[in-house]
Amino acid sequence: MVHAAKASHIGGCLSMADILAVLYTRILRVDPAEPQSPSRDRFVLSKGHATAIMYATLAECGFFSLTELDTYCRDGSIFTGHVSHAVPGVEVSTGSLGHGLPIAIGMALAARHAGAGSRVFCLLSDGECDEGSNWEGILFAPHHKLDNLCVIVDFNKIQSFGSVAEVLNLDPFAEKWKAFGWQVEEIDGHDLAALEHVLSGVPAASNRPTVVIAHTVKGKGVSFMENKLEWHYRSPSDELLAQALAEVGA
Amino acid sequence: MRTTFIESLSQAASENPDIWLLCGDLGYSVLEPFAAKFPDRYLNVGVAEQNMAGIAAGIALSGKTVFIYSIGNFPTLRCLEQLRNDVCYHGADVKVVAVGAGYAYGSQGYTHHALEDAGIMSMLPGIEVFVPCDPMEVRAATRLIATSGKPSYLRLSRQGEPNLGTAVTDLRKPRVLREGREVVILASGPIASRALEAAGELAGRGRDVGVVSVSCLKPLDEAAIRDAVRDASLIVTLEEHILRGGLFSLVAGLFAGDARRPPVTGLGIPEQGGKTSSAGSREALLDAADLSAQAIVARIEQSLAKR
Repeated sequence: MVHAAKASHIGGCLSMADILAVLYTRILRVDPAEPQSPSRDRFVLSKGHATAIMYATLAECGFFSLTELDTYCRDGSIFTGHVSHAVPGVEVSTGSLGHGLPIAIGMALAARHAGAGSRVFCLLSDGECDEGSNWEGILFAPHHKLDNLCVIVDFNKIQSFGSVAEVLNLDPFAEKWKAFGWQVEEIDGHDLAALEHVLSGVPAASNRPTVVIAHTVKGKGVSFMENKLEWHYRSPSDELLAQALAEVGA
Repeated sequence: MRTTFIESLSQAASENPDIWLLCGDLGYSVLEPFAAKFPDRYLNVGVAEQNMAGIAAGIALSGKTVFIYSIGNFPTLRCLEQLRNDVCYHGADVKVVAVGAGYAYGSQGYTHHALEDAGIMSMLPGIEVFVPCDPMEVRAATRLIATSGKPSYLRLSRQGEPNLGTAVTDLRKPRVLREGREVVILASGPIASRALEAAGELAGRGRDVGVVSVSCLKPLDEAAIRDAVRDASLIVTLEEHILRGGLFSLVAGLFAGDARRPPVTGLGIPEQGGKTSSAGSREALLDAADLSAQAIVARIEQSLAKR
């Protein structure tokens, strides 16, 4: 997709691929046949630039056909380069960072009010945690005891223009969430069993929202992309595409 | 206006269990009756307007009608991108209610003066914008937006505004507050009371001056505006807002393509970039902005003399 469209964010897509795979195959109560069911779980992708992996996941889950992905970023396509709610299965359009968590909180409040048992999962990037709007939400959710809300942070340690440590250090990251009153789980974001274990346990604590800090590798699975800043933006050449596909076993 | 709003909203909420109200830690002594009556549909989200707007979108996308309430620039400019992306882009049923239009928080200074909000909110795609001039229009607007199913902006003044007309039949149409054909003053918001004063003064000088409240800025009923000014030799717009993007821009834009092109004089608040504001009541600040009834009379007479 990103090769054909010459649009990237591939590094941040690969770092969260395992998270989405576990969410959509093991955790989320969503149904491609009834994508608007009121009692569904919600997934809000706040790092809206990581859209290629989101669309690919939804296609694999049957929300639409895989061939439709060929239009990704092409003229007239609904598959825009930042995630779009025109695409079946996508709850909200994002792309400007720091928007997803407050929306997810609203959905969690409404779900609790409705008593339907829906859970809301929201995926943030680490660089996105620079945005103050997130911290407004991080303060709010524990105060309102939103235990049907789960944030997952794709903590790949690289943001768009440098490492997180260089640009705006988040450390001590887990301690910050704990201090705000969250149930904090810290795992290897590529360990499928750990992901399934933690995410299937939501709510992990009654009366508290959960954050899963998923330690990940930017560009995971492709040797020349792993932990490389340039693969935040680059799209692969024909040759590198072939190598990448071979490495991920596609 | 605030009290009328909350009474009307409480009425709507008792009829519709899907109506929620969020506030950004403002509304002391105003919102309590709603909070007491509907505790599970009322939420003070704290001093965090970006979060408030995003939360409102999330609740609305779950099938509810959500009102968010704060002072002037806070539920509007402070969270503008949330309103653009989270609310309007998704067509989420969120109503932004700002109290303290124009100079309503006069002596509190420039940060609390809402002078650009109506224009900026009007620019958001898919939102409807209401600037009522009196409690009657506030009641009608609250009822209307509670059931419209669309994003809306409701711009309220603060307190004690009198009713300026007898009845509101259709809020979306211009409402005649005073009959008159030669000069028609189109006013938005409670500053319409100054238009009425000025019109009375001009009538004493032999002029035939009408005053019309335009409370629905978007969608603007263009045909009804044309009808309201069809015999006028001068149209005057009056707003407690800068001219750019407000009522004047809308009306001037409406007639820009007309062969007849009636002259339009815009009266509003001067843009203030780089200049500090002085303390003062709403009334004093409006006077200082050359918007006293006497100044309005003088400016209309100047415009008539130029014709």
